[in-house]
Amino acid sequence: MRDTSVLQRLLLQDKPGKILLGCLCGLVVLVPIFNLLVPADSFFHVPTYVVTLLGKYLCFAILALALDLIWGYCGILSLGQGAFFALGGYAMGMYLMRQIGDRGVYGNANLPDFMVFLNWQELPWYWTGFDHFGFAVLMAVLVPGVLAFVFGWLAFRSRVTGVYLSIITQALTYALMLAFFRNDMGFGGNNGLTDFKEILGCDLQSSTTRVVLFVVTVITLALSYFLCKYITISKLGRVLVSIRDAESRTRFMGYRVEHYKLLVFVISAVLAGIAGALYVPQIGIINPSEFNPLNSIEIVIWVAIGGRGTLYGAVLGALLVNYGKTYFTGGIFAEFWLFILGALFIVTTIYLPRGVVGVADNWLALRRQKRLLLAAAPVEQV
Amino acid sequence: MNISLRLLSVLLCVCVATLCRADEFADLVVKLNGDSFSEKTEAVGGLHRLDDKRVLPVLKAMQDGNLFVVAEAGQIVIGKESGEGYEVQSVLDNSPLGVRTKSQLEKIKINNGLRRELRSLVAGLELSAKDPDIRRQSAINLIKNPDESLRESVESALGGEKNQAIKSLLHVALASIDINSTDTVKRKAAVAILADAVQPEAVAMLEKVAAKDPSGHYLEADTELASTAEAALIRIQTQLGIYKFIENCFFGISLGSVLLLAAIGLAITFGVMGVINMAHGEMIMLGAYTTFAIQQLFPQWLEMSIIIAIPAAFLVSGAVGVLIERTIIRHLYGRPLETLLATFGVSLVLQQAVRSFRANNVAVITPEWMSGMWQINGALSFTFNRMYIILFSLAVLALLAFLLRKTYMGLQMRAVTQNRAMANSMGIRSGWVDALTFGLGSGIAGIAGVALSQITNVGPNMGQQYIIDSFMVVVFGGVGNLMGTFFAALSLGVVNKFLEPFAGAVLGKIIVLVFIILFIQWRPRGLFALKGRFVED
Repeated sequence: MRDTSVLQRLLLQDKPGKILLGCLCGLVVLVPIFNLLVPADSFFHVPTYVVTLLGKYLCFAILALALDLIWGYCGILSLGQGAFFALGGYAMGMYLMRQIGDRGVYGNANLPDFMVFLNWQELPWYWTGFDHFGFAVLMAVLVPGVLAFVFGWLAFRSRVTGVYLSIITQALTYALMLAFFRNDMGFGGNNGLTDFKEILGCDLQSSTTRVVLFVVTVITLALSYFLCKYITISKLGRVLVSIRDAESRTRFMGYRVEHYKLLVFVISAVLAGIAGALYVPQIGIINPSEFNPLNSIEIVIWVAIGGRGTLYGAVLGALLVNYGKTYFTGGIFAEFWLFILGALFIVTTIYLPRGVVGVADNWLALRRQKRLLLAAAPVEQV
Repeated sequence: MNISLRLLSVLLCVCVATLCRADEFADLVVKLNGDSFSEKTEAVGGLHRLDDKRVLPVLKAMQDGNLFVVAEAGQIVIGKESGEGYEVQSVLDNSPLGVRTKSQLEKIKINNGLRRELRSLVAGLELSAKDPDIRRQSAINLIKNPDESLRESVESALGGEKNQAIKSLLHVALASIDINSTDTVKRKAAVAILADAVQPEAVAMLEKVAAKDPSGHYLEADTELASTAEAALIRIQTQLGIYKFIENCFFGISLGSVLLLAAIGLAITFGVMGVINMAHGEMIMLGAYTTFAIQQLFPQWLEMSIIIAIPAAFLVSGAVGVLIERTIIRHLYGRPLETLLATFGVSLVLQQAVRSFRANNVAVITPEWMSGMWQINGALSFTFNRMYIILFSLAVLALLAFLLRKTYMGLQMRAVTQNRAMANSMGIRSGWVDALTFGLGSGIAGIAGVALSQITNVGPNMGQQYIIDSFMVVVFGGVGNLMGTFFAALSLGVVNKFLEPFAGAVLGKIIVLVFIILFIQWRPRGLFALKGRFVED
């Protein structure tokens, strides 16, 4: 009963949240039906690649949620979310790599192809355990979480804030990218991990597996949304907002600011890691370019365009920008995509500080005001 | 009448004499393609006796197997391999004759005896050449390939040599021949000379003499000689270690000055104004492309292009900087995180703009006076372009410090940064000062681009390589502090170079990044933190 009450409380004041949940429920029901049950030549058939594409967008939406939680509510502009995402992805990628077994090009049952290629004789110690799905999932959560804990503990304790934090998180991402590009790291160098065959014994290429992965992603997104929403409406969330708006004052009131920041930073990193772990089996590859600092900055722009500090805005922004990216980079406008993205960065920061959600809110407020005025007008005339 | 007749006859005589000489050279060259090797040897000997500067290239080409006969014309040419065929030039007047395929040319063959003869003659000619560079190169070649048969040429060259540097090289060359002889006295002298040399070849020869078998006995029969060699080796190794250290320091300082150049503009825009300018790297890129454009526009001034490019790049990048400040950053003061996003957008647009001009990876030419190196000895040399960059970065730093501290404009800039409201009420137009400060920072990034175009590839992504490093330098050194930027850049450069031999370039860089991340935890405001109330956010 308590669960429902929490759910009720979560949704009571949250109209956009209800809409989001409705949309996600619709996706969970409709996409499998239109992909698996409707015949391929039908107008309503949803091809598998679209399912994968949607799944990818939703993974990014989880990532955007994670960033909105720390940036929108706590003022921590982390440029390391891309790194946590990629670490989660690598953990899943290592499991998928082990599942290939002896079906690789070299047919070596003990070693992945790239290790055979590098003349390695045995599996490095940090690859042990990745034969088990559960272990890989645990690592996808634990590795970003622990890294965020150590990094955040150091940074928040010595009160590294604002742009300094952004710059050193970017440095962390950059260092990780350089590290994963090295062949001797044992993560496949610049080719990364790819050529996956199956997950939990199910063929990764089959439509059913894809749909199941999609459904899992949708459910994860919904759960992440509720988690973030729960955090923001709880007392913890209020403290976070006060840290965002006046850090010193919050500290003087007796709150251990660094503990709050650390908690939310770790939660955000774990969410990013989960998003990465869901992303890799759907896309089928993970390589060091995911660590590119540019990707981390792009996540920020999703949130900024959607509207920071709203959660649903982050989801909306991630979907909009990524749909735009697919649409433009695929067509004749490919060359213009970076112009558009660049212009988006500039226009949103200057003219739309609250993003698309802010524009919609303003518009709705204006209409409500007009309606009120109209309703009031006859009274005035009398 | 009489006098003019005489004059004419003298003139005629001179003409005939030169013609004869010219003919002699041409005749002998034709004989190089004679039927028998003895005829060839004779021709080579004849050529050697001529005092003609065309002789050396011909003999050298013959020795290297680059002397050809053009099949149909019977003309003798020097060939240089290029792509699918040979680029040939006439031996008589060095005029280029275009590219010939392999089938059109016939190589002039030589046998072992002739090759030996040629080697000694070429070495002799080179060692007595008028150009000191040829003599030096020849001596270095002799050290690399010691040849017993050339001993006499070396000795006679040693007698006539005036240049001290070449003389010592020749001594080493002689020693490297003598060390393989059977004469104990000669070998002892040779070891003594080699003990003072630092050439890698000399070290290798000493190592050969001092080599031991697994049980610790010298392989060399003359144990006294071997132990002398071993003692010398130990001394040379320490000496080489010192040189290696100096070289590492030089490379580190040169890397540091590159970092300094890249970061110094950022020290102004970020350090002084508090703007996170992610488009800083693109300002560097614009500067580099300005250099390229100037070389394309004024090909006749190639040697001076770098000098012209410095003010031009400053103006181009500075103007773009002012434009960005007036249109975008002006709206975002006091919101540093937002400036990060907006300027990142600018950087994407600028990169893509350069790409859509189809200007990917252009080649910027290095002027003659910047290439080359300063060879101190066999183990140590400094390249000129690195030395110029070190000097240049120091000059830029000094100029900037002067501008900020001693000029009225610098005073205004500092006033606005420290207290905007107070500066405004004192009659400073802070809007203009902001624009100029940002323009100054961007312009200096443009100048950095000119320098960087000389040492890295110029392409749309070149700015991206430097942006993270630049931020690291500024944050490490302490924001708003030029001295801090200077020390941070140099120390990071030197540390990076010293880590490279142990850890490799990439791992070294990772270690430095992690170090800075940890360092920021310890001193969140950098090495040289500013103090005072205005520092607080």
